[in-house]
Amino acid sequence: MKPDLRFDFIADMQKSTLTVRREFAAKRQLVWDCYTKCELLDQWYAPKPLTTKTKSFDFREGGHWHFAMIDPNGTHYWSRTDYETITPIDGYTGYDGFTDETGVINPDLPRSHINMTFTDKGNHTLTETVVSYNAPEDLQTVIDMGMEGGMASTLERLDELLVKLTA
Amino acid sequence: MDKYNEPLDTIFHALADPTRRAVVQRLVKGPAPVKELAAPYDMALPSFMKHISVLEQAGLIASQKQGRVRTCTFNPDKLAAAEQWFEQQRAIWASRFDNLDTLLTTLQGETDET
Repeated sequence: MKPDLRFDFIADMQKSTLTVRREFAAKRQLVWDCYTKCELLDQWYAPKPLTTKTKSFDFREGGHWHFAMIDPNGTHYWSRTDYETITPIDGYTGYDGFTDETGVINPDLPRSHINMTFTDKGNHTLTETVVSYNAPEDLQTVIDMGMEGGMASTLERLDELLVKLTA
Repeated sequence: MDKYNEPLDTIFHALADPTRRAVVQRLVKGPAPVKELAAPYDMALPSFMKHISVLEQAGLIASQKQGRVRTCTFNPDKLAAAEQWFEQQRAIWASRFDNLDTLLTTLQGETDET
């Protein structure tokens, strides 16, 4: 990351939301394109070392993006973003959910609502993503899922964490 | 119908209350009997026990009775899971945005040349 680019990551546990803000050194139209064209999404969306592969893409209200993030062993993690409202080039809203290869949403896992906004900041663009879960129980389900991967039962910086979780 | 039907099973509900938060912070330092935990609060014991029970249901603490003394201990796993998840999410977004920086630089390079 370029050192002068703003990056905020805020968890609000009371409201079950994550707010992620990031500045990019590019014009708004170009950043918008990177979020809304699958040939561009495929080039950046998955965190390293995973890669992104689009199975189907229909960027319109009521349409969806069905894609996989693929790990170095070739395991596919399928997801789907359903687009609810679209206001080029200011923002869009939708739902993220886990699916199988055919795009059928896994009903056992909570879906999150996404509210994405793009604003000018001089020659740069500021994006804000608000991820919200329906209820604290949904967020707990997602966290417990992560717990299955095995974890250390030590906890440092508890005071900081309590502030973060309950601020 | 009693009114104990609110969802009490998440750490977030459990930690939403300042008394319960303070109890957890105290127990991080080591186990303590309920009587000692309740001492700082101007609260009837049954009310305080309700807080203890919320924390137990959330898995944040455990308690054990020996004779007439009930002792509470902190269980760090639940909070550690939440912390780990947040760290993971932050790392995912950071890596994703780094990728996008690189892509934007490439795309702008192409535009400049044409």
